[in-house]
Amino acid sequence: MENKAPSRFTTIFRSGRHSLPVILGIFILYPFFAGDYYIDIAFFFGIYALLGLSLNLVLGEVGLFDLGHAGFYAIGAYTTAILNTQFGIPVLLLLPVSALAAALFAFIVCSPIIHLRGDYLCIVTIGMGEIIRLALINNPFDLTGGPNGVFGIDFPGFGTLFVIDSSIKFYFFIWLVVGLTAAGLLRLQKSRIGRAWNYIREDETAAGAAGINVRSHKLLSFVLGAAIAGAAGNIYAVKLMGVSPESFTFWESCLMFCIVLIGGMGSVPGVLIGAAFVSLFPEIFRPFAMYRMLVFGTVMILMMMFRPGGAWPRKRGESAFSPLPGKARQSDA
Amino acid sequence: MPEPSPQKDAPVILETRAITKIFGGLTAVSNFDLSVHAGEISSLIGPNGAGKTTVFNAVTGIYRPEEGRILFNGADITGNAPHRIVARGIARTFQNIRLFAAMTCLENVMAGRHCRTSAGLWASLFQTAGQKKEEARAVEIAEERIRQVGLWKARNDLAKNIAYGSRRMLEIARALATDPTLLVLDEPSSGLNPRETEDLMDFLKDLIHREKVTILLIEHDMNMVMGISDWVTVMDGGQKIAEGTPTEIYSNPRVIEAYLGAADDEEN
Amino acid sequence: MEVFIEQIINGLTIGSFYALIALGYSMVYGILKLINFAHGDFFTLGSYLGYTVLVFGSAFLTSHFGLWGGIMAAAAVAAISVALVGIMVERLAYRPIYPTGRLPAVVSALGASIFLQNAIMVVWGPRYQAYPAALIPNIHLHWGGIHVTLLQLVILILSLVLMGVLYYVIQKTLFGAAIRATALDKDTAALMGINFNKVIFFIFTLGPALGAITGVMVGMYYRQISFTMGWNYGLKAFTATILGGIGNLPGAMFGGLILGLLEMFGGAYISAAWKDVFVFLILILVLIFRPTGLFGEKTAEKV
Repeated sequence: MENKAPSRFTTIFRSGRHSLPVILGIFILYPFFAGDYYIDIAFFFGIYALLGLSLNLVLGEVGLFDLGHAGFYAIGAYTTAILNTQFGIPVLLLLPVSALAAALFAFIVCSPIIHLRGDYLCIVTIGMGEIIRLALINNPFDLTGGPNGVFGIDFPGFGTLFVIDSSIKFYFFIWLVVGLTAAGLLRLQKSRIGRAWNYIREDETAAGAAGINVRSHKLLSFVLGAAIAGAAGNIYAVKLMGVSPESFTFWESCLMFCIVLIGGMGSVPGVLIGAAFVSLFPEIFRPFAMYRMLVFGTVMILMMMFRPGGAWPRKRGESAFSPLPGKARQSDA
Repeated sequence: MPEPSPQKDAPVILETRAITKIFGGLTAVSNFDLSVHAGEISSLIGPNGAGKTTVFNAVTGIYRPEEGRILFNGADITGNAPHRIVARGIARTFQNIRLFAAMTCLENVMAGRHCRTSAGLWASLFQTAGQKKEEARAVEIAEERIRQVGLWKARNDLAKNIAYGSRRMLEIARALATDPTLLVLDEPSSGLNPRETEDLMDFLKDLIHREKVTILLIEHDMNMVMGISDWVTVMDGGQKIAEGTPTEIYSNPRVIEAYLGAADDEEN
Repeated sequence: MEVFIEQIINGLTIGSFYALIALGYSMVYGILKLINFAHGDFFTLGSYLGYTVLVFGSAFLTSHFGLWGGIMAAAAVAAISVALVGIMVERLAYRPIYPTGRLPAVVSALGASIFLQNAIMVVWGPRYQAYPAALIPNIHLHWGGIHVTLLQLVILILSLVLMGVLYYVIQKTLFGAAIRATALDKDTAALMGINFNKVIFFIFTLGPALGAITGVMVGMYYRQISFTMGWNYGLKAFTATILGGIGNLPGAMFGGLILGLLEMFGGAYISAAWKDVFVFLILILVLIFRPTGLFGEKTAEKV
């Protein structure tokens, strides 16, 4: 993928110093001026942003072809749903628990298959996603509520002091989590782990020959990606106050895939743009009823035709390294 | 012809003992013994298809030989994973140059520092003082290596955009960044013009003198083999057919026959 | 015992559907390394077109060609139309994207699939449609205690014939060799004088056409069709492609048949609800032990 010259659009945004506070300002003020319906849309934008970031670790950074990521999302959501409705465990506590559950699942299940070559890994991830979804529908041990799912989940809160129970509170909650996750991922990009992931994506054999433990890094990306997706599952379940299998289909995995590709592989701002496209587009085009999906599909094709690197491709170079503490960079000699 | 200087009193750092590698029905390497002494430049030569790269791949952990052992500094490394072998001190380059094309030259060389650094997930997420120091030091060393191969000006260019000859040197820089004891180069002069080959020969001779490193290379360019090797091993059809100093090999009838014989087959 | 044989026949019938669709996937995948998500929608489109022909042309067809003639006409119309659609999709959605890489191509394929699926919904409506019962032969056969329908036999025989013909073309003819060569190494094949455009034309007409005919058969077999059915069949067919080994056309065929049998037996002896889980688990196990599919892939990487 060529590093094409940035379009005027991205140039404006990349001159980031002034635009970032503006964007932040809009973000913070938005829910005070919009109705609940529109705040909820922004909430789901946030969920897709989080899911996109989680798949970005696996697909964008490492280049692993994961089309079953909705499975981890489902595990997080159902862990929250079941543990809360059956055992009354507070939902906020279940946020890290769900992330951990998804991560553990990823670790156990991906270890035996992590060595598979790209295309074969793809079908296995699809299979995993489907197995999870089907298992949820079939209601084993009467845990998952079958096709109807599990309902009656509490709201997250710190005791009775501060409960997240309104659209506007959920909005800030999800975007806080997205912000923290994005910050963490940006840090990782500049670290030896993030670089190792990218080396693996470029050329696995060369990465191994340069001293990188390819297998453990691939597994790490799956585990971390699953953890973030699991967390997203928790927040989603709590907002909807329930979960059902139809939110975790192969189609959702495909949507996440599109978010990463349309936004730009390995690019955190890109993923946000991709998530915006996927979640806001159907809303903006709602008036067109049946035809909006035709347009959606067409736009996807056109995006790949004209900007295959994504809306905001990852930039390489000096920004890839953490700045040297207190030392001036060596000058050209 | 330069003076042969076999470092035969120096310890053996790499040894393959009777290794055999079979692919399906094809025996690529058969019962192959090789010894490389510390501080020498050792060449592995032979006609195409002789099994030289297969030997390299076995030594660097990409293949596991069906039979035989590989010992590095006395330790058995047969079948170890590639990254383990790099950590032990063997670094390689590839016949068809494998760089990280969409990343900068400096990022490419930084890859070599991965096995010499240790910041984990926690340290990286929270950018601890230790992690920051480690990163800074790694960048310093990578920059030194890039300077060493003459690519300082290109350090922020994408690897795919630099000239062919430079890409070879970049791969060598990446290997050097792992602080290797043994450098394994697969046809390093392939695709280089005579001037670039001369520069490479000077570079490698200089490297041996300046650093405590040993070099094992596969080569087809006889000038290079004769010019810098202390010891030459010849392969044909998966087996060793001769070994000795460059002068001895040059006039060895079996070697001549192997190369000329191959030429005859091509003409038929 | 009789039940067992009936189940094998059922399994093979479903398996033939998967196999025929998998062939279309495998051809495109083998040569372009592209997961043609739209392929499932070619299948669906064929099914709907067959439905339309049968419903609107029924009087004309049955009076002129008889019951089977009507069905064949439906299949033919479906096949030819979908072949044309296939070529259009290739020109518009895939050709501009190949040079940029595999992953953008996946997104483009997803986009094409969304477009086709929703176009079908726009034209035919979101509800299920049903193939007219009156136009489908409902003849049952009994054969030493085994009960099958004539339709099933016809479908099986037709599928086997189609697979046989394709197998022959791919493995035994010069053009087939050209296709296999292109699947192994596109650039070298072109350098050797193989006309890449002809190969593309072949796979993007024949594949969709086969899918369309399968769609008509599925419509007749199950009678109910919906605009989302391509998704499920496509997924199973893609699974069959990988199970058989990428780029391996006979492998894709066997993969499909095996998948159909597995599904049938899983459903019968384990549980209908868990049959898909069973199938996917088998797939994962196969890949763990044979990472390049049951029949292996033809390429190896030189380091």
